[in-house]
Amino acid sequence: MKDEYDLIVVGGGPAGSTAAKFAAEGGASVLMLEKDRDIGMPVRCGEAVGAEGLARFIEPNDKWIASKINSFRLVSPAGLSVDIEGLSDGGYVLDRRIFDYELALMAGNAGATIMTKAYVYDLVKEGDSVKGVKIKYLNEKVEFRSKIIIAADGVESRVGRWAGLKTTIKLKDMESAIQISVGNVDCKPNRLDFYLGSEVAPGGYLWVFPKGDKYANIGLGVAGNHNKSKSARKYLDNFMEKNYPEASILTTVVGGVPCAHTLPKIAADNIMLAGDAAHMVNPVSGGGIVSGMQGGRLAGTRAAEAIRAGDYSYKFLTKYEKQWHKLLGKSYERMYKIKSAVGKLTDDDLNRTAEIISSLPQSKRTLGRVFKTALMKHPKLLFDVVRAFASV
Amino acid sequence: MIIVEENKCDFCGTCVAVCPVDAIELFEAQIDILHDRCIDCDLCVWICPIEVLHTVEKEMASA
Ligand SMILES: Cc1cc2nc3c(=O)[nH]c(=O)nc-3n(C[C@H](O)[C@H](O)[C@H](O)COP(=O)(O)OP(=O)(O)OC[C@H]3O[C@@H](n4cnc5c(N)ncnc54)[C@H](O)[C@@H]3O)c2cc1C
Ligand code: SF4
Ligand code: SF4
Repeated sequence: MKDEYDLIVVGGGPAGSTAAKFAAEGGASVLMLEKDRDIGMPVRCGEAVGAEGLARFIEPNDKWIASKINSFRLVSPAGLSVDIEGLSDGGYVLDRRIFDYELALMAGNAGATIMTKAYVYDLVKEGDSVKGVKIKYLNEKVEFRSKIIIAADGVESRVGRWAGLKTTIKLKDMESAIQISVGNVDCKPNRLDFYLGSEVAPGGYLWVFPKGDKYANIGLGVAGNHNKSKSARKYLDNFMEKNYPEASILTTVVGGVPCAHTLPKIAADNIMLAGDAAHMVNPVSGGGIVSGMQGGRLAGTRAAEAIRAGDYSYKFLTKYEKQWHKLLGKSYERMYKIKSAVGKLTDDDLNRTAEIISSLPQSKRTLGRVFKTALMKHPKLLFDVVRAFASV
Repeated sequence: MIIVEENKCDFCGTCVAVCPVDAIELFEAQIDILHDRCIDCDLCVWICPIEVLHTVEKEMASA
């Protein structure tokens, strides 16, 4: 195995695999390092994505599509359900174990070398310049050198810190989340259910996403400042006891979702950040799969261009920051404002909205109409919210 | 001082993301608090989804 590559990608999630693929296709020699023994495992995710966004990267395949989505249900704090059907731009609930594997395979087939069980614990530096990574692999310490590093190391985002970028996230912007895969639950095959309210998930929401017959991905996120007084796990236990006491839980995992806007600085000399590591998550929905892939594509493509140009400086790489900002970063800043406004809605506001919407006949529940009439306090707000979900 | 109930930890990285001084080290199935760096801000304790981290007085920890 070589000990020097054009590009090293840290992290084998959707952002890392996509970056590795595009860089390899652009002619760079690429090494992707993943600390876990298995790409895509464990799955820490609700697994919902918008179909349109995903189609730009990969042909839909039943291998990794657990269910196809064409409607939403919002459940108010008082328990009133509002269904919104016939969404034009639908989505999927993925089987991410298989999906993430598929993305890594695409990177591998494009020529990237992939190493699992490879924990990056530091950077190789000469003076202030980043020259590679130090890893622990099967109890041995090894160094790999590269011209550029793409840090796609997920929420932890330590690689960027070591390079001097500020990646720490504020408590209130971090969703503390828990997710379970459950059998023996009633769920509608083509519908995503969202439960709102301070009793269910303050500063976040609870989801029930169908994955098959009586089989669902259920989870919730609460804003970090709320998790302090009562943890995500306790909220989920309460919900399950009340709503699905007979459920059988096959997997429990926890995680964090960075619901801020993208970090202002996501590149420096010889390094770019992508995906959760750069906080490339839609701050309203918490969706980061497709946006991480978008970031990965831009970073991987720019890395290949830098290699061809022989210029790995921030001056050259900063185009990546501009491209990201134009593509999604800017709209996420707006989403962040929406998130802050939604956070101020009381349970009463949400109940009132649900009542007004449910009094409209289904045929009139087009998203625009519903939310324009319903949310007098913040017109258009919920409309934006649902749009945020539809385009995760 | 921060202590970890290690057999409860899910190794998810959420605490690492909020730590202002990079004092948490996470492997596939191992978590270490770097006590010499930790500034006892408790942010990691507050964010953990399953209450794995706790604060104890220094004297108690060494007792
Ligand atoms: C509970 C939960 C529910 C979610 N639900 C949804 C949803 O329904 N839809 C959606 O779109 N998004 C959802 N998200 C967000 C989504 O999961 C992430 O945005 C997405 O996985 C980000 O991809 P990534 O490649 O940036 O990071 P990750 O998928 O986290 O990948 C990062 C990889 O880097 C590896 N790594 C980290 N540090 C190192 C190191 N030092 N050395 C080597 N490897 C390292 C990790 O092991 C990991 O495999 C959810 C998140 C959570 C926690
Ligand atoms: S947030 Fe909790 S479960 Fe996750 S790694 Fe930290 S201590 Fe472990
Ligand atoms: S208490 Fe603060 S400084 Fe110490 S490990 Fe936790 S987050 Fe880091």
